[in-house]
Amino acid sequence: MYAQMVKTDAARVRSLDEMEPHERAFQERVDAGQKIEPKEWMPEGYRKTLVRQISQHAHSEIVGQLPEGNWISRAPTLERKAILLAKVQDEAGHGLYLYCAAETLGISRDQMYEQLHSGKAKYSSIFNYPTLTWADIGAIGWLVDGAAIMNQVPLQRCSYGPYARAMVRICKEESFHQRQGFDALARMVKGTPAQKAMVQDALNRWWWPSLMMFGPSDDASVHSAQSMAWKIKQNSNDELRQKFVDQTVPQAKYLGLTVPDPDLKWNEEKGGHDFGEPDWEEFFNVIAGNGPCNAERLDARKKAWSDGAWFRDGLTAHAEKAADRRAAAKIAAE
Amino acid sequence: MSSEWPLWEVFIRGQHGLNHRHVGSLHAPDAEMAVNNARDVYTRRNEGVSIWVVRSSEITASAPSEKGPLFDPSNSKVYRHPTFFDIPDEVGHM
Repeated sequence: MYAQMVKTDAARVRSLDEMEPHERAFQERVDAGQKIEPKEWMPEGYRKTLVRQISQHAHSEIVGQLPEGNWISRAPTLERKAILLAKVQDEAGHGLYLYCAAETLGISRDQMYEQLHSGKAKYSSIFNYPTLTWADIGAIGWLVDGAAIMNQVPLQRCSYGPYARAMVRICKEESFHQRQGFDALARMVKGTPAQKAMVQDALNRWWWPSLMMFGPSDDASVHSAQSMAWKIKQNSNDELRQKFVDQTVPQAKYLGLTVPDPDLKWNEEKGGHDFGEPDWEEFFNVIAGNGPCNAERLDARKKAWSDGAWFRDGLTAHAEKAADRRAAAKIAAE
Repeated sequence: MSSEWPLWEVFIRGQHGLNHRHVGSLHAPDAEMAVNNARDVYTRRNEGVSIWVVRSSEITASAPSEKGPLFDPSNSKVYRHPTFFDIPDEVGHM
């Protein structure tokens, strides 16, 4: 999940009877499956939570370009390079759709960048791991985008119109992302023993961080319950994680790979896999800024922002000059 | 200088003969860049044959709170619909 542990400011989920008329009417619309649109009344908590969730999601798309960007110039063939470039470009677009969706809630783009750069806003823990080999690029598409899809598909039905619509566009492209990753790995496992070992090594390193993307169990979380009542979250973290494991394990088997979890086994009774617990201490450490690449990622974003300042200002100056010239020409013509 | 680029709404004609449809928005310093950016973001997979951009601040929208007064009056006017009338079978297609 690209947005992890989003807080709602709620102490507990209130029933309809406890709500003021405005909020009650709002909740009834959400319950009826209606979409909430930007200028309509909404509870302040709903607005704030969505800003947190959507901006975190957007930041993840943008920061998520960095681990893959690392391999654009080192892709093994021109075809793979073109595909990877297209994927990384898509991620920029996803970030843009999501930033625009968040902006409809009254926060500006610059404010969101500022929150990312200051460390106030988070992005997904997964992008703080390094991409050491070409197999890591395949593993990101297959596992990381695969995990993101689990979460993003239900978000197409979320209660906030602009977010739901952004998700529809994003989901169309995510399927390309996951397939290209799986395809890259499927090619490598048919290669030399060294290439196959490289894929296994990538799976070993990305498996647990991918499971952590869904966040810790939130069955007892009031934030999760509130987000579900608002229909900006549809499934519990454990539910999505289970779905991801059940979908991915047979694919790993097809590739001839071993999932690095000694506790993994099929449970006939529940119709799903049993699996081990991710190292949540590592997760909280990465979230707190102490992952292998946190500093590098944030520095890269800050540098891109400050290095681009002259360009943004230049285009603004050009646009203002051109507007002045048009205005002057209009007066002269009159 | 560090003023934010203005926001533009993007409309794309998907195929010849269809209306332009709102697809999303983006920031750009001027109309020309807005069209360029819209092409790069919203038409990467043959989604369009034509692009309109308009500054978001130039759009006048009806208020959600006026939904009732604006749209309710037409609810009671069934006679505006072709299905309101009984056309005898003998008359055939009309």
